[in-house]
Amino acid sequence: MTSASAPPVPAEPVPGRGSGRRSGGGRGPARDVAGLGVGRALGFVAPAMLLIGAFLIFPALWTIYIGVTNYRLTGVEAVSPSIVGLSNYTKALNDALFHNALWLTLLFVLGSAIIGQNVLGFTLAWVMRRTRPAVRRTVEAFVLLAWILPSTVVAYLWVAFYDRDGGTLNSLLGTPGTAWLIDYPMACLVVFNTWRGTAFSMMLYSSALQAVPPSQLESARMVGASGWQTLRDVVFPHIRGHVLTNTLLISLWTANDFSPFLLTKGGPNHESETVPVYIYNVALQGGELGYSSAISFLLLIANLLVSLVYLRLLRRRS
Amino acid sequence: MTTSFVLRRIGFYVLICAITLFFAVPMLWIASAPFDASPGLGVHWPDWTLENVRKTLDHPYAMHSMVNSLLICVTTAVAVTAFAALASYALSRVRIPGRDALLYGLLLLSSVVTGTAAMVPIFVMMFQLGLIDSRFGVALVMTGGLLPAAIFILKDFVDAVPKSYEESARVFGASTGQILRDVVLPVARPGLATIMVWAFVNSWGNFLVPFLLIRSIDKQPGAVLMQTLTDEGGSVNLQVLPVFSLLFSIPVVVLYLLVNSRYGFRFHGGIKS
Amino acid sequence: MAGIDIEGLATVYPNGVRAVDGLDLHVADGEFFALLGPSGCGKTTLLRTIAGLETATEGTVRIDAADVTRVEPGKRGVAMVFQDYALFPHMSVSENITYPLKVRRVAAATRADVASRTAGELSLDGLLERKPGQLSGGQQQRVALARAIASEGKVLLLDEPLSNLDARLRLEARTFLKKLQRDLGITTVFVTHDQAEALALADRIAVMESGKLRQLGSPREVFARPANTFVANFIGSTPMNLLPGKVLGDGTVSVAGGSLPAATSSTPTDAEVTVGIRPEYLTLSTGDVNGPALRGEVVVAENLGTQSLVTVDCAGTLIGVTVPEETEPAPGAPVALTAPASRVLLYIQDTGELLAAEQASVV
Repeated sequence: MTSASAPPVPAEPVPGRGSGRRSGGGRGPARDVAGLGVGRALGFVAPAMLLIGAFLIFPALWTIYIGVTNYRLTGVEAVSPSIVGLSNYTKALNDALFHNALWLTLLFVLGSAIIGQNVLGFTLAWVMRRTRPAVRRTVEAFVLLAWILPSTVVAYLWVAFYDRDGGTLNSLLGTPGTAWLIDYPMACLVVFNTWRGTAFSMMLYSSALQAVPPSQLESARMVGASGWQTLRDVVFPHIRGHVLTNTLLISLWTANDFSPFLLTKGGPNHESETVPVYIYNVALQGGELGYSSAISFLLLIANLLVSLVYLRLLRRRS
Repeated sequence: MTTSFVLRRIGFYVLICAITLFFAVPMLWIASAPFDASPGLGVHWPDWTLENVRKTLDHPYAMHSMVNSLLICVTTAVAVTAFAALASYALSRVRIPGRDALLYGLLLLSSVVTGTAAMVPIFVMMFQLGLIDSRFGVALVMTGGLLPAAIFILKDFVDAVPKSYEESARVFGASTGQILRDVVLPVARPGLATIMVWAFVNSWGNFLVPFLLIRSIDKQPGAVLMQTLTDEGGSVNLQVLPVFSLLFSIPVVVLYLLVNSRYGFRFHGGIKS
Repeated sequence: MAGIDIEGLATVYPNGVRAVDGLDLHVADGEFFALLGPSGCGKTTLLRTIAGLETATEGTVRIDAADVTRVEPGKRGVAMVFQDYALFPHMSVSENITYPLKVRRVAAATRADVASRTAGELSLDGLLERKPGQLSGGQQQRVALARAIASEGKVLLLDEPLSNLDARLRLEARTFLKKLQRDLGITTVFVTHDQAEALALADRIAVMESGKLRQLGSPREVFARPANTFVANFIGSTPMNLLPGKVLGDGTVSVAGGSLPAATSSTPTDAEVTVGIRPEYLTLSTGDVNGPALRGEVVVAENLGTQSLVTVDCAGTLIGVTVPEETEPAPGAPVALTAPASRVLLYIQDTGELLAAEQASVV
């Protein structure tokens, strides 16, 4: 699997360019120009497919199976698990902790992705359209660095930042002794994830804004439109599609993000236990592999739905 | 210069400053603490020393975990590049039955089956395969996870290589092997290099997979060791952690700069620009 | 050196499009042969089928009398220059030129000889160690040609050889190419959409449309006697005048309010035809003329350098005529247009085919 913060998702077509352009013109079927032949081509594709099948497809499908058993990490059910049908799913329906995890994940996605990264990313892209290159490069460097640094490093940076005794936040705000991660865990996570992921939205909106025809912006200026009016009437119609697809994508990533574990481990007392952390805790702390599989499967379904909508929107746009 | 214009300029710069500080301040620690004789968790002007560096280098597991990271990530990068190159070339040039469905499926897979969603079955599977506590196992899982996106990115790259190179060689009598070796590989080298870096970088920072699968401390890669040290706490670790964070971050930042200078922000996160 | 025979060739794509539709064609040994037509007419598909990069659905291709329809591209003995030259960017000029020999595992020493010799023939001395990216467009084209020559094929195929060069360079390269082909004597087939290029370079031209052959002939035949209105429209830098007319019994046709002489012996009187006459073959007189003529007023004159293209309004129809630059008439001037009977062509109105057996020239 990929790093917690940047699962690689293939390209979203940048406005103004077709994605996947074909060289050689649309003259007919793709030609086997090196004389590979279908047989050898299948042989070329096989190793990759094998690995993908084994470590991506098979686990996804196996989740379904384990989810209907009572498989456990230890005890009798570890050696001979039995099928328990849908009882894991009914358990999830009634599980207060699971509802808690869902609610917290919703807050997390809403706060840090839908609002946080989107707004901050767009603001940066908009405000820096015509900044001096030196200024823009500096700002972008910091924003990008937050994205690039490994997740464990970044998590520790923020643990240090939020620390009750020596943390920089307390020094800055003059509030010594505030245990941020304990008293306001979700708020801390939201701020953290906004900081972490804004770079992607910023770059995306930057490209999208470049594709807005300058002549339209200038026309608006000539008739005296204010900044807000220009944004609303000229810019947003052009980037509406990008806002939607970007939001879907970063929401998907955020909902699956394991980083909260690195900061709070879901505590204190489940107060910041988002779904990924919940799955881990149930599976490896609690040892309930069957139940956590059922929840994982629910997450897969959610991912699938969002991805399908996302891809359909992308296709329609190109 | 109207007052509203001046006010707007001031407001603009205040905003930029505020945002830049928001991003920069939490990072400052990694610049100051490694060289601070009395490192705390806060950012303050350091009491310059290289003592922490020495402690880190002497730490029994710190540098060793970097080696582990290197092993895992190089293996992953090479495997991903090799398998993705073969697959993407075949998918780009040959009309394999079901190709479009396959490509769509790959696209879907790469975003649906995340580490979080698959963590339980992966754990169980590796446990039953006896690949728990194996760095090779970690590399396998990460390779599988990175392959779909890698194939996609590389296929776009191969699509852009003019087919006339291969056709020309073919008309001059070159066999398939000669064409691949003499023409395709050299022309595709930049794309392959980029994917190798991309795969390396994506696996270097990966926490969940090795955290899940590796038990013994001497096999932990850097990402996991950091967490172990954090959990342990203690004053020694407070000296080691900053330096280690810095060292652990350097390869990733350097590689990003390299790729960024050549290709822009292109392949990371999937935006093509 | 070898001839090319194509019989009943058809290439049908899976979506049903017939890119090449039942073609018969013979290229003589040593001939410079052009495939000419608008985009999508199948000329490039035909070239690639000769090369072996595309397989024909029906029909046969013979090179040097041997049936190569199902033979691998590399074993047909053809050499090809692609539109984008396809020079391998990572190889030097010398390595590019000798790549066909490297494939055949010719010794390095021999390859070096061939490289320097071919480079000399094509004015590429001193460039042997450069990479293609360091060469100008014209030089790249010559390297691509050198590579094709070095491969010692029996047949040379060129896909739009001049389209990647800028206008000035194109004319120089045209002359260069014609002389090169004559010196080498190699059977050459080239594809182009530029009719002026085809007329200038080729010994014979095959004009194609929608996968079919519309006319096959020498440049002179194709220019002076187009076999149908499609070819008539396509060939010629100034468009041929194509006007509705009616055959009169006295060896003339009535058109545009006047009449012109024509070879009407095999056509019934009162037949409705399309009359074709090139602007270059009309004579403009400001004075009085005897015999069949068209009369009208000058609308506009366009300067073409040594000539002017004058548009004349004859009874509501606009007719183009070229005149030498000194005799350009003023707008509104009344003029008369005459032409020799041999240059006036008659086409069947609905099919567009040339009338009268003695006028047809489809070989």
